[in-house]
Amino acid sequence: MTGTHTKPPLVSVRDLKIGAVTDSGREVEIIKGVDFDIAPGEILALIGESGSGKTTIALALMGHTRTGCSIDGGQIRIGDNDVTAMSRRARARIRGTEVSYVPQSAAAAFNPSMRIIDQVIETTEIHKLMPKAQARSKAVELFRALALPDADTIGNRYPHQVSGGQLQRLSAAMALISDPQLVIFDEPTTALDVTTQIEVLRAFKSIMAQGGCAGVYVSHDLAVVAQIADRIVVLRGGEVQEEGTTEQILTAPTHPYTKELLAAFEPLPHQSVAIAEAEDQSPILEARNLFAGYGAMRNGEPAAKVLQDVSFTLERGRNLGVIGESGSGKSTLARALAGILSPYSGEVLLDGHRLHPDLTGRSKEDLRRMQIVFQLADTALNPGHSVGNILARPLTFYHGLRGKTREKRVIELLDMVHLPANMRHRAPSELSGGQKQRVNLARALAAEPELVLCDEITSALDTVVAAAILDLLKELQTELGLSYMFISHDLSTVEAICDDVLVMFKGEVVEALPAHEMSEFATHPYSRLLISSIPRLDTGWLAGLEQDPELIAQFANR
Amino acid sequence: MTPVSETTRVSEDTKPSGPTFVFNWVGRVGLAVILFWALVALAGPFLSPYPPGEIVDWDYFGPVSSDYWMGTDYLGRDIFSRIIMGARYTVGIALAAVTLACTIGVVLGMIAAVAGGWFDMILSRFLDAYNGIPSLLFGLVVVAAVGSSIPVLVLTLTAIYMPGSYRFARALAVNINTMDFVTVARARGEGTPYLITREIFPNILGPVLADLGLRFVFIVLVLSGLSFLGLGVQPPNADWGALVRENIEGLSFGAPAVIFPSVAIASLTISVNMFIDNLPTRIRDRSE
Repeated sequence: MTGTHTKPPLVSVRDLKIGAVTDSGREVEIIKGVDFDIAPGEILALIGESGSGKTTIALALMGHTRTGCSIDGGQIRIGDNDVTAMSRRARARIRGTEVSYVPQSAAAAFNPSMRIIDQVIETTEIHKLMPKAQARSKAVELFRALALPDADTIGNRYPHQVSGGQLQRLSAAMALISDPQLVIFDEPTTALDVTTQIEVLRAFKSIMAQGGCAGVYVSHDLAVVAQIADRIVVLRGGEVQEEGTTEQILTAPTHPYTKELLAAFEPLPHQSVAIAEAEDQSPILEARNLFAGYGAMRNGEPAAKVLQDVSFTLERGRNLGVIGESGSGKSTLARALAGILSPYSGEVLLDGHRLHPDLTGRSKEDLRRMQIVFQLADTALNPGHSVGNILARPLTFYHGLRGKTREKRVIELLDMVHLPANMRHRAPSELSGGQKQRVNLARALAAEPELVLCDEITSALDTVVAAAILDLLKELQTELGLSYMFISHDLSTVEAICDDVLVMFKGEVVEALPAHEMSEFATHPYSRLLISSIPRLDTGWLAGLEQDPELIAQFANR
Repeated sequence: MTPVSETTRVSEDTKPSGPTFVFNWVGRVGLAVILFWALVALAGPFLSPYPPGEIVDWDYFGPVSSDYWMGTDYLGRDIFSRIIMGARYTVGIALAAVTLACTIGVVLGMIAAVAGGWFDMILSRFLDAYNGIPSLLFGLVVVAAVGSSIPVLVLTLTAIYMPGSYRFARALAVNINTMDFVTVARARGEGTPYLITREIFPNILGPVLADLGLRFVFIVLVLSGLSFLGLGVQPPNADWGALVRENIEGLSFGAPAVIFPSVAIASLTISVNMFIDNLPTRIRDRSE
């Protein structure tokens, strides 16, 4: 407690305990006695890794728990309402009027078959707060306050007719229409591109400043939270680790976990693992004028062209980073290189020899030398197999290992990615996100590749876990002499591991630079916009940020 | 940096957790009834007190008595014996047909999903067209053409129910086929047989089993329907559906001859569904 508030707090949470019953009937305590207060008009950030209970707490503020969970103890008070002691009916009454919610995925929160304005004012109709016409004009005011373009008419569109950033702001309007005392933001910018995120954050910040209502901002990203929150609660495993003002958490953290979080945010710049053996070695991977796309082929060209004339070389033992926003063709590039999507023009050379465009035409040896790891660790592991089986298959497939030797190798692989050997008996669903991604890596390593294509492998992970995966990648590189192609939307991740960086925009490589020169010497306007859009761990960053509006209009997908 | 945050969660629970295959009681009851009928079908000749075709009572539509536990039929034959022998036809034919239909349908469906392209296109359109033929009409034509025998009945019922199973499995497999783990296996260079058996099949097993249970029930009903029309199992033997048909006039006398075969059909179909709906979550929820 900071003890600076003289007014009674708007929200007080005392010794909150939330439990769940697992499928096997075991009881698990998710939230283990959490206390905090929120003063009127204050924005409190709940920060922590996935599984820390931040969303569970945020939902509990509305008296809601996810299926299987229940509030087992403690008290939540919002204004004069004791949420924990209320009946279901009474809780339903305060939802939308006293407390409202801005979800992570606005796209999933809007009904695609209803006009936006009707959904935005729905709360006022359900609770019969004001006449429809008044609600509509209020919604338009909110649209204007949230800096949405065409505020008067944007509400008449359908959700698919606005961009992701706009939709997220519209969902904030939906939450604010009923003048709630407390707004819960549940990772509202996590799914957005960095250049889009800025606009959304600005809009949230300004509307919260004028509105005078309090907010809870749930996020895993300290830099984003630093821009908007007054105070931060650091959570881990359902317990409060540290609580303090934003300034204090960022500059003078006391708890070791907070320090770890801050450290993970600024990884050390990458030291090249120079494997300078023979100079005349051919590059491990080379792409020459690669074109690829999706859809039906016509006259040798697909309906939707994605990659346009992409060329690069990746030297042995070096790492190539590819950055760009969603839709820039990064993942398509990885798929084209791996032959999953065969490029319709151009060629891919592995170690100097030309690869067949489609993977069915490639030899087992070629396939073995280049492995790919995907972003979403859970969908990349077959839920029907144990970890041991998943790792064993490439061993049998590429190296013909069986029985005891294979078992031994599986344990070695698990050890390589720092997982305990008994993990091999588990199903993927029993692992955490970071562990799953390690298994994915281990499966790629089982092939004994020379090159690993990493497609956003850390993007779905928590900061600390992602930093650990990056460290693991570096360690494996020195041990095994691997080369990586590292695809990411996050510049700091790329800087942490790569020697060279390609910046992609709409399927083209707009700039190629050594990673350490990226921030200073990037010349292409898009690269500059991208670099300037990455949030810094500085409370004044957003306020002080100035971007050329013309540049934004040209490149940002707002 | 060490991955402290991850490893701590592991150490507290090193053993694979809990019992893996547990039925709840509804599922157990279902299974028990299915096993009971299977046993009856197998041990039929030893259990039936009279030969099923023999007229044992001079009275027709006789009541339940100590000699004839379930009464007698319109000719005075013992219903109890006829139900026990009928179990062989009903359970046997339906089981054989459903197994064949689902196996062929699921395998073809998975191949179509993985192979895609023209193979998928042609097979799907062909089976769609085939599905357009009304099932009883199809059965009628086949039985009229080649006569009614047990293999013909099994194959006819298989042919009627295979396209639906194919559609169902293909739809599921197409979803799984786009998952990253299948892409990974494909990028590894795996062939279609591996993709189907190891990557896709385990993940569609739950819904496929549920579908199998439903189809089993349909087949029992269609078989009864065919027998009702006189196209199914031929006299003097009879499956349960035929027993209901031949004794239908007894309904107005309140004869047990029509009640008990109906109860047998109901008990089997309901318990199959109880069993399938309550399969262990380990199997059922895999692909959810």
